[in-house]
Amino acid sequence: MNVLTEPENTILEGAQRNGIRSYKLNRRQKILIITGFCTALLIGVMIAAQLMSNEGIATNFTQQNLAPSWSHPFGTDWLGRDMFTRTIKGLAISIQIGLLASSVSVVIALVLGMAAATMGEKVDDAISWLVDLFMGVPHLVALILIAVVLGGGAKGVIIGVALTHWPSLTRVIRAEVMQVRTSQYVLVSRHMGKGRWWIASKHILPHLLPQFFVGLILIFPHAILHEASITFLGFGLSPHLPAIGVILSESMGYLAAGMWWLAFFPGLSLLVIVRAFDVIGDNLRLLMDPHSAHE
Amino acid sequence: MNSAKYVAGKALRMLTLLIALCIVSFILVKNSPIDPVQAYIGADMMRVSEEQREQIAENWGLDKPPVEQFISWAGAIVQGDFGTSMIYRVPVLTVIGNRFTASLALMGVAWLLSGIFGFLMGVIAGMNKGKLIDRAIKWYCLTLAATPTFWLGLILLMIFSVWLGWFPIGLGVPVGVLSENVTLSEKIYHLILPALTLSIVGVANIALHTRQKLLDVLESDYILFARANGESGLGLVWKHGVRNIMLPAVTLQFASFSELFGGSVLAEQVFSYPGLGQATVQAGLRGDVPLLLGIVLISAIFVFTGNLIGDIICSIVDPRIKEGRASV
Amino acid sequence: MNTKQTSKFSHSNASIMNRSTESLANPEELLVVKNLSVSFIQYAKGLKQLNLEVICDLNVSVNSGEIVAIVGSSGSGKSLLAHAILGILPTNAKVTGTIRYQGQALTTERQKVFRGREISLIPQSVNYLDPLMKVGEQVQNTIRTKDAKQLQQQVFERYHLSKEAGLLYPFQLSGGMARRVLVATAVSGGAKLIIADEPTPGLHPEVVAETLAHLKELANQGCGVMMITHDIEAAMKIADRIAVFYAGTTVEVAPIEDFKEGGEALRHPYTRALWMALPENDFKPIPGFQPTPTDLPPGCLFEPRCHLRTAECQCKKPEMQDLRGGQVRCIHAT
Repeated sequence: MNVLTEPENTILEGAQRNGIRSYKLNRRQKILIITGFCTALLIGVMIAAQLMSNEGIATNFTQQNLAPSWSHPFGTDWLGRDMFTRTIKGLAISIQIGLLASSVSVVIALVLGMAAATMGEKVDDAISWLVDLFMGVPHLVALILIAVVLGGGAKGVIIGVALTHWPSLTRVIRAEVMQVRTSQYVLVSRHMGKGRWWIASKHILPHLLPQFFVGLILIFPHAILHEASITFLGFGLSPHLPAIGVILSESMGYLAAGMWWLAFFPGLSLLVIVRAFDVIGDNLRLLMDPHSAHE
Repeated sequence: MNSAKYVAGKALRMLTLLIALCIVSFILVKNSPIDPVQAYIGADMMRVSEEQREQIAENWGLDKPPVEQFISWAGAIVQGDFGTSMIYRVPVLTVIGNRFTASLALMGVAWLLSGIFGFLMGVIAGMNKGKLIDRAIKWYCLTLAATPTFWLGLILLMIFSVWLGWFPIGLGVPVGVLSENVTLSEKIYHLILPALTLSIVGVANIALHTRQKLLDVLESDYILFARANGESGLGLVWKHGVRNIMLPAVTLQFASFSELFGGSVLAEQVFSYPGLGQATVQAGLRGDVPLLLGIVLISAIFVFTGNLIGDIICSIVDPRIKEGRASV
Repeated sequence: MNTKQTSKFSHSNASIMNRSTESLANPEELLVVKNLSVSFIQYAKGLKQLNLEVICDLNVSVNSGEIVAIVGSSGSGKSLLAHAILGILPTNAKVTGTIRYQGQALTTERQKVFRGREISLIPQSVNYLDPLMKVGEQVQNTIRTKDAKQLQQQVFERYHLSKEAGLLYPFQLSGGMARRVLVATAVSGGAKLIIADEPTPGLHPEVVAETLAHLKELANQGCGVMMITHDIEAAMKIADRIAVFYAGTTVEVAPIEDFKEGGEALRHPYTRALWMALPENDFKPIPGFQPTPTDLPPGCLFEPRCHLRTAECQCKKPEMQDLRGGQVRCIHAT
């Protein structure tokens, strides 16, 4: 059978399958603007937390239990502390802990993912078994166990979050490396007699660098939410820190008295921060690989 | 039967994982700063002499090397003896049994509601891709995925208990009533808010997943061919779409036991619901090592069971696995 | 899922008037595609917008009782022609030009009515069947009348498929059986126009022969058959006319006799080169590559690879012109 062989036109296939719709607005600009706005918001919170004086969170019995107003947008608590200042400082702490813990998680995922994909079937099996092991225990229970074993505090939270968030990203990176390894240009390099390490550092690592940042941004929201949860339950950060989990856990005692603002605003702020990170992560992925977008 | 082989393989893997989990948790707890004797004595510290302490330690075999301790502990576990809870002063399995029943009711309701509503929302969004309803559902799900569960619980508590006064603030059962005497309607009454919290959060994942699956299916070759054959609209989505996305959705919902358990820990804490989640927090905060270890193992079995049920359903329903082509 | 068809039917009347009166009078003429273009908006890395014109200015027609083969290389967007005729392109596709069926414009509404009845598709592979539905049930789905089950069994019998075959899932079918099920699905609605999309990809020679025989049989019964393929040899076995597809358009439409004769009988330099590349001829591949929709040449699409090219070829896309009982898109054709 004679078949006309000409290079396959992959762009075409893509157009046919990934029914990306046409927008009147330039999507690229829209996405850049939204991403910029979210980034500015996060940086703004970090800077504001540094600039704000500790006066606001000092006990002030002349200003107890005030509902939100212009001078105290988030109200004050039973010790007269300004909730807005506490929230901003709490968010900054959460972001720092979240970033630290998720960076460690991404590094673990990167190392294990590459090892699984390149070091043979046995290592692959072992790592996939390890991933299953970590995914088998409910996330929060694992966090509680680690926090208890480490005696709680910031150390317990950071290590706990770092040790429990790598499994799903490990799978993604493993699949990614597998794909690169079997791709044409790597096969060519191997035929040319290049060593494993050479291929890993010249071809695979550059490919994974963007994965690192996107992975970081994708893990971060989970990390920060889990940090807040575990702190809320009493296993995490010390009650003296203005962490969001601490604020919300304290607020529970005052809800019956109708002091809704103690819980409402800090939680909402956390929600906004997490969403902002989500949006940045999704958009970065969209910019790098338009087909991966969950349209 | 190929299904049986497939499921047996999965079950065997779970068994090895459970054994490993026992070892890891034991090592972790052994190296923790918790002094089990101290934790056991608790508030009675002043009344217990040094000799009595040593007596307790000897009774528990704490003077023996770790490996021996592990073997005797693991041996007891296999026989169904998880030890005695230090804070509740009854066998761990009794605590877990009682608490788990309450939690299962809560999780079961939330699981069903979030599964059904999540699936429906996903289908509606997928069928109306890009339209207002799709964008609204997507926005709702992404926002919920970023919402701290316990905060949502607090908000519901404020609205329904503090403002509207429809539900009590806290306490799973009325004060001063023995738990045996609590009526079913009272139990349901106390279940509503935590179950609602878990359901609201739970729809996000399944809805987004179903939506994406439906979009993939709608772009598939067989939908194209069905359209070429004149099928269209709801009939097309029902016949070819829903059938093909139901299976992954059910599997995903069974695989979500891990998040469900974590969510119930938080919801139980917010609403003072006397379930296993609350016991987990108590065990952790007060260093009740036997109870904590027991909960870790039981919750892992819970998660593994969910995955296994998902796999079994898949292998029964999907003809491709049933007939022995597992390369789906 | 509805397709946006922005066909410009307003000017189609005028263009029909200009056509030779002979073809308008031809009662056999089942399908006429004129100046069909299909384009997509796509996003590349960094979300830059690209407008991909995948099919441009395509002309082809099919008569009743005739097999017309559309021959072109793999992945060049030939399938989209079939999807455009059936009105099942993705929503982001933009379509211009005219498609007429039985002398009347094939509007979106008519496409909806005709799909699976008047006009049906024989798809490329078994992947076009629902993986979780028994094949018999799938055929019944497309019949849409009360006696669907009976009709399905009749049509299965006609294609030597047993009753039990209807109870199988697509993945359980052998290559030959899958082919017959796909053909059975297409003909079960009593279609007058059958579009076969790559009916012979990588099949056993016997299965290829059987599939081609089925198509021939359908044409003999009076159906118009459009066979979209990259397999020029298979096309030469059964087609009455062959349209050559290159970079999104037809460069030549020629009767089968010209292909059998080859060489000077063919009109376009690309067609001649294709003919030369056949194993029984020179077996010499054509140098160069087919341009992608992202960088089409400004003038004649074949100009960069053509040995007849002149400066004039780079200026303007040549129009389709009638020549020696066929059509060709080349200013140098004789």
